[in-house]
Amino acid sequence: MKRFKYLSLIITSLLLVLTLAGCGTQPLSSQNVLENDKKSNTITWGVKADQKLIGLIDVKDGQEKGFEIDLAKAITKKVLGKNGNAKFVTVTSQSRIPLLKNGNIDAIIATMSILPDRKKVIDFSDSYFDAGQSILVKKNSSIKSVKDLNGKTVTSAVGSNSVDNIQKIAPKARVLQLPDFAQALTALKSGQGDAMTTDNVILAGLAVENPDYKLVGGTFTTEPYGIGINKGQPDFRNAINKGLAEVIKDGTYNKLIMKWFGNVPGFDYKEVLRK
Amino acid sequence: MIKLLVDNWSAFISGFGWTVLSSLLALFFSLIIGSLFAILEVMPSKVARVIGNVYVEVFRNIPLLVITMFFYLVITLYVVKINGFTAGTIGLTIYTSAFIAETVRSGINSVDVGQMEAARAQGMTFWQAMQNVVLPQAFKLVIPPLGNQFINLVKNSSVLAFVAGFDLMYQGNAIASTTFETVNTYVVVGLFYLVITLPISYYMQHLERKLA
Repeated sequence: MKRFKYLSLIITSLLLVLTLAGCGTQPLSSQNVLENDKKSNTITWGVKADQKLIGLIDVKDGQEKGFEIDLAKAITKKVLGKNGNAKFVTVTSQSRIPLLKNGNIDAIIATMSILPDRKKVIDFSDSYFDAGQSILVKKNSSIKSVKDLNGKTVTSAVGSNSVDNIQKIAPKARVLQLPDFAQALTALKSGQGDAMTTDNVILAGLAVENPDYKLVGGTFTTEPYGIGINKGQPDFRNAINKGLAEVIKDGTYNKLIMKWFGNVPGFDYKEVLRK
Repeated sequence: MIKLLVDNWSAFISGFGWTVLSSLLALFFSLIIGSLFAILEVMPSKVARVIGNVYVEVFRNIPLLVITMFFYLVITLYVVKINGFTAGTIGLTIYTSAFIAETVRSGINSVDVGQMEAARAQGMTFWQAMQNVVLPQAFKLVIPPLGNQFINLVKNSSVLAFVAGFDLMYQGNAIASTTFETVNTYVVVGLFYLVITLPISYYMQHLERKLA
């Protein structure tokens, strides 16, 4: 018993030391992210690592690949100059905002829609992608648009607002919420559902990996993605917005859209091109 | 928490209903199937004993989720469409029956061999002796461990949430992720499970006292 007492004492004091050590650095709100990044010539981006076409770590070479990755690199070059470095940190939908708030990353570019609830906690750049909800079906399916879903079964992931949207637009559709997108797709493939629904870009990634499936009917909601930035960083936000505007203006943006989404069955990339 | 409960009352109640229904069906069928395999395991025929053993060892050593997913995805893909509720209930029945078989078998084994021998000497067949002499004594002995199995069964029914079986846990997940009131939601879900499991617990204690 005595040994345990010492052990718990050591652990407690260790935790205390770690907590106190965290207090040493300047609070994030009084730092200027843009100045820090210019000094280190690096912007640290939080990106997705598991979404084909958008942000995916290639198991062969360990490199991040996808539309958001390329866009982040392009914006970095506009903000910091030709030799600017883009560093990538993998985030998930749950971890991205906490990681931004505690300063592990400078910006989030990870399929995050600009929503009022999120705006209370963080700031957003201008939107960088016109995402919206769509549906994925088997190639020979009779479902042509979201209206055909009445009386059909739709799979999705638990907790996405996609479920609410479907229930508003096609009230007679039966919705099955599965633990994540992979399981929602598996359920669709095994015949438990007639269609799957979520953001069009996520479905596009699934359609590329599963050639028997395609997107139909275009998008029926608009939930544009924005780059997440900490509150109280107007300089950094302006720099990002300016960089994004330049990337769109010089045609890099449209090139990237065509590179990643030009060949997805049922995905109309012209819908998301910017002028 | 009261507001959460009132706002989502219909979702909670329908989830509660499906959980109770699934549990009752699984309880009934797993008791029958489990008892049959328990008897197989103590039969004089070696073939029967092997069949009983294989069934028990296979299904009590595979995770419940795997059995359920097999029925939900694989059987649906290749044989016949099974919805989430049915797949979950079948999985629950098979999984629990393996444990019940072991429980009942231990009960049968603890009834003195002399009982069976005496019954057979009176001219009863194996099945008659089992039914009239051995099983009644065996079940009395295994009431407490059977109660455990029934309570586990109710709690394990949350596997339905993974195959969209519309049970209590499924509704809880959906409510938690739309209201963001994670703690309150799961506290309410926990209380609903208690509403099912506590009466079982008390009833089994009552049976134990009455029969022992």
